Amino acid sequence: MIRVLHRAEAIPAVLLVLAIAAGAMLSPYFLDTGYLLGSSRIYVETGLVSLGMTFVIVSGNIDLSVGSSVALTAGVVAKLLSIGMPVGWAWPAGIAFGALLGVFNGIVVSKLRLSSVLVTLATMAIYRGVAEVLLGPASIRLPTDFASFGNATAFGTPVPYSLILLALMAAASAVLLGRTVLGRWIYSVGTNERAAVFSGVPSGRVVTLSFILSGAFAGMGGLLVAARLGVARFDSAKGMELDAITAVVLGGASIFGGSGSILGTALALLVLAVLRIGMGVANVTQEYQLAVIGTLLVVAVAVGAIFQRPGSTD
Amino acid sequence: MIPGPLVEAEGIVVRFGSTEALKGVDIALGPGEVHGLVGENGAGKSTLGKVIAGVVQPTSGEVRVGGVAPGPTSPKDALSKGIALIHQEPLTFPDLSVAENVFIGHQPTGALGLMSWAEMRRKAQALLDSLGVRLRPDALVRGLSIADQQMVELAAALSHDARVLIMDETTASITPNEVAQLFGIVRRLRDSGCAIAFVSHRLEEIFEICDRVTVLRDGAKIGERKISDTNVGEVVHMMVGRSVESLGFPSEREPGEALLEVRGLTLRGAFQNIDFTLRAGEIVGLAGLVGAGRTELAEAIFGARPIDSGDVLVRSKPTRIRSPRDAIRAGIAMSPEDRQHDGLLLPQSVSRNSSLALLPKLFPTGWLNEKRENALASEYAQRLRTAMRSVAQPVRELSGGNQQKVVLAKWLATQPSVLIVDEPTRGVDIGAKAEVHRVMRDLANSGIAILMISSDLPEVLSMSDRILVMRQGRMVCEIPGPEASAESVMLAAAGGTT
Amino acid sequence: MPKLGWRREFGTIALLAVVVIAVVGRDHRFLDPTSLNSVLLWIPLLLVVGVGEMLVIVTRGIDVSVGSILGFSGIVVGMALRSNPGMNVELAALLGLGIGLALGAVNGALVAWARVPPIIATLGTLSAFRGLVFIVSHGVQVDSNTIPPALTDWSMSGPVQIGGATISWLLLIALVVAALAAAVLRSTRFGRNVFAIGSNPAAAKLRGISLPRTLMAVYCACGALSGLAGVLYASRYGFVNPGTAGLGFELTVIAAVVIGGVNVFGGSGSVLGVFLGCLLLSVINVALAVLGISATWQTLAYGVVILLALVLDGAVQRVLRRATEAR
Repeated sequence: MIRVLHRAEAIPAVLLVLAIAAGAMLSPYFLDTGYLLGSSRIYVETGLVSLGMTFVIVSGNIDLSVGSSVALTAGVVAKLLSIGMPVGWAWPAGIAFGALLGVFNGIVVSKLRLSSVLVTLATMAIYRGVAEVLLGPASIRLPTDFASFGNATAFGTPVPYSLILLALMAAASAVLLGRTVLGRWIYSVGTNERAAVFSGVPSGRVVTLSFILSGAFAGMGGLLVAARLGVARFDSAKGMELDAITAVVLGGASIFGGSGSILGTALALLVLAVLRIGMGVANVTQEYQLAVIGTLLVVAVAVGAIFQRPGSTD
Repeated sequence: MIPGPLVEAEGIVVRFGSTEALKGVDIALGPGEVHGLVGENGAGKSTLGKVIAGVVQPTSGEVRVGGVAPGPTSPKDALSKGIALIHQEPLTFPDLSVAENVFIGHQPTGALGLMSWAEMRRKAQALLDSLGVRLRPDALVRGLSIADQQMVELAAALSHDARVLIMDETTASITPNEVAQLFGIVRRLRDSGCAIAFVSHRLEEIFEICDRVTVLRDGAKIGERKISDTNVGEVVHMMVGRSVESLGFPSEREPGEALLEVRGLTLRGAFQNIDFTLRAGEIVGLAGLVGAGRTELAEAIFGARPIDSGDVLVRSKPTRIRSPRDAIRAGIAMSPEDRQHDGLLLPQSVSRNSSLALLPKLFPTGWLNEKRENALASEYAQRLRTAMRSVAQPVRELSGGNQQKVVLAKWLATQPSVLIVDEPTRGVDIGAKAEVHRVMRDLANSGIAILMISSDLPEVLSMSDRILVMRQGRMVCEIPGPEASAESVMLAAAGGTT
Repeated sequence: MPKLGWRREFGTIALLAVVVIAVVGRDHRFLDPTSLNSVLLWIPLLLVVGVGEMLVIVTRGIDVSVGSILGFSGIVVGMALRSNPGMNVELAALLGLGIGLALGAVNGALVAWARVPPIIATLGTLSAFRGLVFIVSHGVQVDSNTIPPALTDWSMSGPVQIGGATISWLLLIALVVAALAAAVLRSTRFGRNVFAIGSNPAAAKLRGISLPRTLMAVYCACGALSGLAGVLYASRYGFVNPGTAGLGFELTVIAAVVIGGVNVFGGSGSVLGVFLGCLLLSVINVALAVLGISATWQTLAYGVVILLALVLDGAVQRVLRRATEAR
């Protein structure tokens, strides 16, 4: 365990300390727990999506469609609620719908053996396009008893429910990826798909399943976005794939598959959250924040590639 | 006048990290001479070839071309100095034409420095003609046979007026007829004054084509002989540093019940109407030339390729095998030919590799138990005498022979009744080869039926209770082990033209 | 080389014919000069960036930052025109080209020297460059009254009239760029090296082709063309908004390239194919308008078209592979 920490998750851990120090220097409010917890809500959605992305990247693929899946799920759930679906069904319906979007990605990638970069680039447009057609330029209001979850906190503490949900999901994902046969299969397909198939691993199903997890988590993210904003818009969660991929890669996963962990992703998420909250405190606008995240992703991967070079064999 | 060598290498040391691949080797390649480089796997013969061709830079030592140092600093520099490397698996561009493959990087140019396609085609045609190869310059390289692609590489080398050719295991993946054609070309190039270094592990070829041989062992040069002054026995002795014990003969095993029966199996374009039976406790050799359809047949039985028609019976029960998963459930295991690409998760541990095929059976609830997994890996590592630091060591760091044992461990763990091994000792050095053979014999003795595909004729002859021979996708004959000879198997495999 | 290429392009032409016939069958207004002119207006931007993207995809890479480069170049050139009203527009075009080249060099350095996978590198710079757009412009749009008529005229008028349709200067520039690119790809060593690298990088290295240098050049070229497209954008739309200029354009471009038969696994593709891909997308776009389908369908249509092209491409690859194996 210690050795693993030493290797893969060290970078996000160090970055986390640096980011907190920088945040604390930027603003005195930054270390106020109430403030931190309150701001965390924004990041929970990305967090869920990043968990799903970890499965996909470890299996040797990538899912660029997650942002669109978030928006489409939010839109579909909002539509269903507006035509009379009981509020209690919103969660199962949203998660199932997100999973369905993942099924489509997974089947196209695994059955037709196409590059996941291009397939999910296409479905990124398709899912966003369907959301646009479905919702139009307007935003759909969600019933208040659904939206209330978005801002509710647990048992009178300042801890938002959504943060507890993320923690539970992270724990479940860590167990699934690290402690089960399925998780092991995901690593083996990401390391060497042919060898995995030759050893009886049902790689098509494993890849599809990782996309389903990604879709389901995106669905959950969509529900949270809708609940937090109280409305569904077709252009919400644009660029979320960038944050999610950044978190997974920053967390020590190889973009070529076969390595990475939920713990790494979780640490990297904290780094990103701290950065974003810090930038928010310092009144840095959304576009600048994107630029910083994009730069961070590229630098993290470049540094990783440069450090790995002497030891790598190719 | 005696011409000096075209290339000399002196005191070549090559270090990769902490391992020394070459420890101060000297060699001189003279004009009009074919110089064999032999040694066991890992002896450093390919590395030496790569140093001369500028692919690998020596840690110390000097390469002189025509008496002038320094040697080539890159493959491109080597080409400009007239040194070219021809590979076992040709490195060509499948999307480009034959002519472009020949001239890439130095295409003939005309006005404004623009390429002249017509002239390039004409020149390529001339080069191909001079090699006696019938290939169209406009043909796409995608789809050419390995031998034809080697000819394209050779033509590319000659387009640079190469006088020194390093041929790295160029005969390993081509058919005997193609080898004969290649040797004809090599002789002509030699007679025209080229120096040729011929890297190979097939001694019969070394003695057929070379004028001189240098033997390497563990990165050091053991000796250099004129072919006329030495013999196979001496060279083998120099290679292994001991005289090889006889490989032995198949034991007296009584074949048991039929474990695997194949009836009329057909995959169009690969093999037709294959029938055979494997019985408990026997090792059946499957011989044939490269391209005879042996690997395709094995992969089809194992469910890694679709079949067009035919049946597979496991323990006399018709069994539908559509994926390796089905095969494993039916008790069939397969150690593939290319173990690094198809057999192993190189960056992962011995333990994770050993358990991979057994996971659903070992952990039926779906929860991993790493203690049990490691115990299983240790148990099989001990049984197969796998040399490693611990079961947590990444497989990438093991030698070829030990990697092969990890593949075998993975399959033994599933307790198969049928084991298919495709080229089980390719890339494995002689000591480890005997170990792998011992393991296979033990398995047969314990009642497993083994189908062994091998292009290593002595291996087939010494291991098999029966030998099946395939030619052009058909099963042509079955020879009982004791009656088989190298000649009879080759005759059947090559269609009586040898 | 010739045969395979031709077959691919025939596929695109066939698809184009099907779409045109289907649309004309529904509404013959599609053949009016007005719609023809709008088809021709769609092509230039797409073709210029598409040629750059094709270079990258042929080397087995991908560049999703082209839209942000377009936006950055458009904003900077627009601001330059705003503060120097007398500025020569040809100079402005060169400025855009240079700005794009510089940003492309950043992508190139990441991919070629730092060995960051192209999708990661350009996904990062997609955001980083967009951020730059806002930093430079302070979020302020370059308005139509500051873009000189000399520049907007490029998209309005042109030297050639065919029937009622105008071949605008904009289209002419794009066609010249495409023709130049085709010539470079066919008849220079650099051009052939691009295909060689995509076809087999390891072999290319051994034949003395410098991967870093070629990749650097390819990403620079893609950046430069995206930068030029920024100026063409200003000409066509008459304003440059930091938030919308080029936003999501990478999708359209990749769609055009993939539909044009450029092999997504690298090693093959043609400028003619990319042109046909651009034409097809432009036709689809205008057809949506002519048939009265709302613009909200556009993203969906692109996505479906990319996916269809991918699936077709995959099917072709499988057939080819089977043919090779059965040989």
